[in-house]
Amino acid sequence: MAEATVSKETSAKREGPKLPVLEREKLILNKRSYNWITERICGVVENPQPILWWMLFIPCSLIAAIGVGGGLFHLVSTGVGVWGNTNRAMWGWPIVNFVFWIGIGHAGTLISAILFLTRQNWRTSINRAAEAMTIFAVCCAGIFPAFHVGRVWMAWFLAPIPNPNAIWQNFKSPLLWDVFAVSTYFTISLIFWYLGMVPDLATIRDRATGKIRKLLYGVFSLGWRGSNRHWSHYEMAYLLLAALSTPLVLSVHSVVSFDFATSVVPGWHTTIFPPYFVAGAIFGGFAMVLTIMIPARYIYGLGDLITMKHVDNMAKIILLTGSIVGYAYLMELFMAFYGAAKYEMEAFKFRIAGPYNWAYFTMMACNVISPQVFWWKKCRENLWVVMAVCMCVNIGMWFERFVIIVTTLSRMWLPGDWKYYYPSAQDIMLFVGTIGMFLTLFLLFLRFLPCINIAEVKWTKEESDPHFEDKEEHVDDGVEVIPAYQLELENGEAKV
Amino acid sequence: MSTTVKRVYGYLAEFESASKLYKAAEKVRDAGFQKWDCHSSYPIHGLDDAMGIKRSVLPYFVFFGGLTGFLTAISLAYITQVEIYPTVVQGKPANIFTIPAFFPIMFELTVLFSGFTVLFGLLGLMQLPRLNHPLFASKQFARATDDGFFISIEARDPKFSAEGTKALLNEIGGANIELVEDEN
Repeated sequence: MAEATVSKETSAKREGPKLPVLEREKLILNKRSYNWITERICGVVENPQPILWWMLFIPCSLIAAIGVGGGLFHLVSTGVGVWGNTNRAMWGWPIVNFVFWIGIGHAGTLISAILFLTRQNWRTSINRAAEAMTIFAVCCAGIFPAFHVGRVWMAWFLAPIPNPNAIWQNFKSPLLWDVFAVSTYFTISLIFWYLGMVPDLATIRDRATGKIRKLLYGVFSLGWRGSNRHWSHYEMAYLLLAALSTPLVLSVHSVVSFDFATSVVPGWHTTIFPPYFVAGAIFGGFAMVLTIMIPARYIYGLGDLITMKHVDNMAKIILLTGSIVGYAYLMELFMAFYGAAKYEMEAFKFRIAGPYNWAYFTMMACNVISPQVFWWKKCRENLWVVMAVCMCVNIGMWFERFVIIVTTLSRMWLPGDWKYYYPSAQDIMLFVGTIGMFLTLFLLFLRFLPCINIAEVKWTKEESDPHFEDKEEHVDDGVEVIPAYQLELENGEAKV
Repeated sequence: MSTTVKRVYGYLAEFESASKLYKAAEKVRDAGFQKWDCHSSYPIHGLDDAMGIKRSVLPYFVFFGGLTGFLTAISLAYITQVEIYPTVVQGKPANIFTIPAFFPIMFELTVLFSGFTVLFGLLGLMQLPRLNHPLFASKQFARATDDGFFISIEARDPKFSAEGTKALLNEIGGANIELVEDEN
């Protein structure tokens, strides 16, 4: 008590130069209330969907049904030969798509885990959608390896369980590591996503009017009642999952890259692969998050929660990881040159000057050059530019995998294998189908589940701090607050 | 005339803001209550101390969960690859020196088992899922997941008294004080 009065007196007397402190940028604009946040996010689930949702949902679900449903039916009933797997390069397409989708899935866990551990509070507005995207991307990815084994009904041979032939899975093989890494990643991401959603499902349950709705959200929200004794365990669980997912997210794409790096194939056998793949995955994942969140933000009027500050931060991450990827591309060339390995050098010459050089330069332009526009603030603030760059990155990252896999496999050790690669119609159909499936699942997610983490967004409000009202009573006059730059705010007020 | 017997669950009181809830929680704690709780739509950091809740024990569970995963992986890989069915593939050894090749799987299973322990440990510690709770009978309690800040004190608490507890909640700034009854 005595101490408190002393500090109060000293703070009142404080004179002289003030400590300049940069203001924190606002993560929620227009001083929205708790109730407004609840209404707006639950409204996405509760109100009838806008016409644009139907305009996207109907074609996407048709593409998914024809591409994935019909494509897989055709594949299984006819045989995996419809993919044109007649030589080594021909199984490249499913692997390209597998690596592409797994890569997309990386941003979700990065946002939820790594940005959580580093206390980046801006993650709260985007983590739910990014995690959902992770789950759906891994679902799409899983189709390709499961079906490219040829006889999909034998896919259970991948699991480490005894089989009648008394042969065990080869635990020394990166392909089996992949099975473990991807399935663990999917499971942990699902747990993370679901646990994070429980309090928000309870919010929807408490607002539900229909009986079925109340029952379903009631079951999935597990009887959550916002109890602080629960929050205490819950926050610990969230922290533990974040700590577990952080190395996991880095491991998954490292393991995927081991599939290539542990082989003795020129162009693949390189130590730079794990970090190069991980940076590329985060790069591609963030681009996909922006690609789907910018339209969602616009359609559902979530601009006060997903602000230009969020877009700006993500654009900066894309710039950073894009530059790391660019460095990796150049370093790969340098190692081929400096390593004095004849075949390695030939492999890279083939990439740059061979018949696939159009793919190589598409990759370079999309992944290395296009994100460089984000050095300019004007470009990060223009949503059209951001969307254009993200689309380039989505395309570029697919071509990165195409370059790595197809150009290498089509010029392997045996000249008898050399052939220019064309995907079959079924190949293309299935890939387009997975894009449709991904978007369909995401649209259903927007329709049925809270697309922004309501509880965590509320937590980022200033008055959520239990000492907020004390701060108003004891104003710190020793600091001078410098207003932060924020696109949508002028003198602390929203521009409207 | 309805003859339903109702059992008193306890009192529920609403508070204006997180700061007020925090200060009220300190007073309830100091009054010596044990079976009581705060309810809010988001985690209020620091409220654990104000309520006198100890740090969650979940990490200890997860440590042993992770250890189980690690030992499962090492025995699964070692026993099948080295002891029972040694298969020489790509000239890689099938003895103790094979272990580095098992590292990725050891890591993945450690994470997988830890993740499941987090999930089930958390559900166990929270005593969820449960689909009914006496508090759900309260109309105003629906706001606990929206913008309400509540304190509930259970009748099971030895310090509970119909008059005294109500007076305490009133004194610490609780509004809309409600006696919640459990239909039985």
